[in-house]
Amino acid sequence: MRKVSRLSRFNIASLALGLAFLYLPILILVIYSFNASRLVTVWGGWSLRWYHEFFNDRAMIEAAWMSFRVAASSATIATLLGTLAAVALSRGERFRGRTLFSGMLYAPLVMPEVITGLSLLLLFVALNAERGFWTVTVAHTTLTMCFVAVVVQSRLGSLDRSLEEAAMDLGCDPVRAFLSVTLPLIAPAIIAGWMLAFTLSLDDLVIASFTTGPGSATLPIRIYSEVRLGVKPEINAICTLVIALIAAVIVIASLASKLSSSKGESAAPL
Amino acid sequence: MTDELPRTDGVANAGGGDPLPAARQPLLRIEGVAKTFGTFRAVDGVSLDIKAGEFFALLGPSGCGKTTLLRMLAGFEAPDEGRILLGDKDIAQALPHERPINMMFQNYALFPHLSVRDNIAFGLKRAGMARAEIATRVAEMVALVKLEGLERRKPDQLSGGQRQRVALARALARRPQLLLLDEPLAALDKKLRESTQGELMELQRRLGMTFIIVTHDQEEAMTVADRIGVMNAGRLAQVASPRELYEAPLSRWIAEFVGDINLFDGETRLRDGHRLIIGTRDAGTLVVAEPREPVGAGQFSIAIRPEKIKLSRRAPVSEAGRETTINSLDGVIADVCYLGGTTTYKVKLDSGAIVRASVANSARLDVDAYSVGQQIVAWFTPDDCLVLPS
Repeated sequence: MRKVSRLSRFNIASLALGLAFLYLPILILVIYSFNASRLVTVWGGWSLRWYHEFFNDRAMIEAAWMSFRVAASSATIATLLGTLAAVALSRGERFRGRTLFSGMLYAPLVMPEVITGLSLLLLFVALNAERGFWTVTVAHTTLTMCFVAVVVQSRLGSLDRSLEEAAMDLGCDPVRAFLSVTLPLIAPAIIAGWMLAFTLSLDDLVIASFTTGPGSATLPIRIYSEVRLGVKPEINAICTLVIALIAAVIVIASLASKLSSSKGESAAPL
Repeated sequence: MTDELPRTDGVANAGGGDPLPAARQPLLRIEGVAKTFGTFRAVDGVSLDIKAGEFFALLGPSGCGKTTLLRMLAGFEAPDEGRILLGDKDIAQALPHERPINMMFQNYALFPHLSVRDNIAFGLKRAGMARAEIATRVAEMVALVKLEGLERRKPDQLSGGQRQRVALARALARRPQLLLLDEPLAALDKKLRESTQGELMELQRRLGMTFIIVTHDQEEAMTVADRIGVMNAGRLAQVASPRELYEAPLSRWIAEFVGDINLFDGETRLRDGHRLIIGTRDAGTLVVAEPREPVGAGQFSIAIRPEKIKLSRRAPVSEAGRETTINSLDGVIADVCYLGGTTTYKVKLDSGAIVRASVANSARLDVDAYSVGQQIVAWFTPDDCLVLPS
C-alpha cells in the first residue's frame, strides 16, 4: 500500500512551477490552435478554422499518413525483433557474446540520433537503396527495437521461471511452453512496447530527415519545413492533434503495463 | 513396502516379459548420477533405488544437492554422469515432457492467467485427452484435493493452502508413475503444514503412487516418508527408515543433523562381552553396548539422544528392578527450557561439558521439575549410547 503523504507548501509550489514549466507552452499551443486570427500571437476569438485548413492541406495529410504508416510498421517489426532479443537475453542458455549482444542492443538508447541517422544514411547510400518509406521504417525499427527489448526483458525477468518448467513438466515442449504460458503473461509488456515504439517513431525528426527521400516526408519533417517559412496557426492545430494521439497511446501503454505488473504479482511466490 | 501393485494407468506392468515381478523390481533406479555446475559438484555420484508405491524423502541442508537431484529426475537438468532408469528405460537425457513423471513446485508455479480448472486441465490437454474425459478427470482431482466450488477462481484469488492443493491436483492429474514434490509445504504455516502432511500420506496410500519429496525439514521427512535419504555435499550419507535414521545414524554428521544429540569423544579402554568400556575426556568412563558392526580399538564418538538421558537427585542403583550397568554423570542444572510437551535441561558436568536432557512433562503439576543451580545426576543405559566413528 502506498501511503499518501501530505505535501508541504514548498512542495506544492515547486510542483506547480515544474508542471507549469513543462506544460504551459503546450497549453498555449493548444489554446492558440483554436485561434481565429491569422497571426499566431494575436488572439482573435475561438475558431476551428485551422483544423479545417489542415484537413484540406493535401501535403500535410499525406505526411501525416506517411508518419502513421511508418510508425505502425516500424513498431510492429521492432516489437517482433525486440521481443525475440529479450527472450534470447533472459531465457536462452548463456551463449558466447551474450554481454556484447545485450550491450549492442541497448546502445541505440544512448546513441545521439544524429549519429544513428547519419550512419543509416551512409548504409542506405552504400546499399544503393531508394530512400523513402522503407528506409525510414528500417531506421525507426533500429531506433525503437531496444526500447521494446528493455520493456519486455524487465517483464520476463520478473516472471517466475518455474512457470515454464511447470508447463514443460505437464507435457509441453519448450516452444509450446513459451507460447501457452510465457507469451500470454508478457503480452501486456509487448503491447506497451509496441505503443512506445509507435510514439517514438511518430515523434522522430532527426533520423527520419536523414533517411527519407524526396516525396516521402513524415509529419515532423513537413511541420519543420513549414515552420522555417513562418509559423502558421495550422501548425498549432496539427500539433494539438499529434499531442492528443500520443497522450492517448501513452495512457493505453501505461494501463497495459500496469495490468501486466499486477498479473505478475500472482505469479510470484507467496 | 506395499504388496499391491501401484495404480498408475497400466504403466506399472512395464516390461511384461520380465521374469521379475514388477513390484520387486525398483520403479526408479538412479545409478552413479553426478552433476557439476562450473566447478561446483552439486550431485556427486548418487545411486538409489526407489520401489513402486514408496514415499521417499530426500533430506539435507540447503545446498546439499537434493533439489538438483530432483530436477534431474524431472528433466530440468541433465546429469553429467550416470543413468536414471525408470522401469527399463534410461531417461537421464529425456526432456521433461517426455517423462511420465510430474513435479509439484516449491512455489507451486500455478499459471496466473488460468483458472483452477484450466490449471488442472493443462497437462491433460497436452496429453491429447478428449474433452469429456478431461472434464471427468478434473472433477475427480478437484474432489480429491477438496477444492469444490473454486474451479473458476484464478490462483491469486486463493489462499496459500488452496494454491498448494491446486498444484498437487495439477501434478497428479496426469497420473504420473512418479510424483516429485519440491518442498511442497514450505510456504504453509505450522498447523496447516502438519494437517497437509497427513493428507499427503493418505493420498499417496490411496492412489498407491510413488512419491519423492525434497525437504530440509526433518520432522516432515520423518512424518511422511517410508524411507529417507540424507544428503550431504552432493552425496547420499544414509538411506534408512525414519526410526533407523534417528536411532542408528551411520555417522556423527547424520547424528547431529537429524535431531538433537549429545556427543562425547573417547577411546576404547576395555571390551567386556557385548560391552565396551570407553574413556572420555568430558564424561569420564562410559559403558556402552557394542554396535552391530563390531568396532576395533581407537577413537570414537559416543552419542546419546537428549530424551534417552534421565535426571534424578540421586544416582539410581538399578533400573526397573533389574541389576544393570548405568552410566551416571554428576552435574548442576545450568538452564531450563520449557517447551510444553517436554522440558529441555542443560546439565553442566563437573568437567565443564554441557549435556542436554529432554524430559517429558507427563504430569500437569510439575512435581519433578528441577531448577537452575540444582545438583543432579544424569544417567543412561549402555543400550542408549551410539558408537560412531569420529
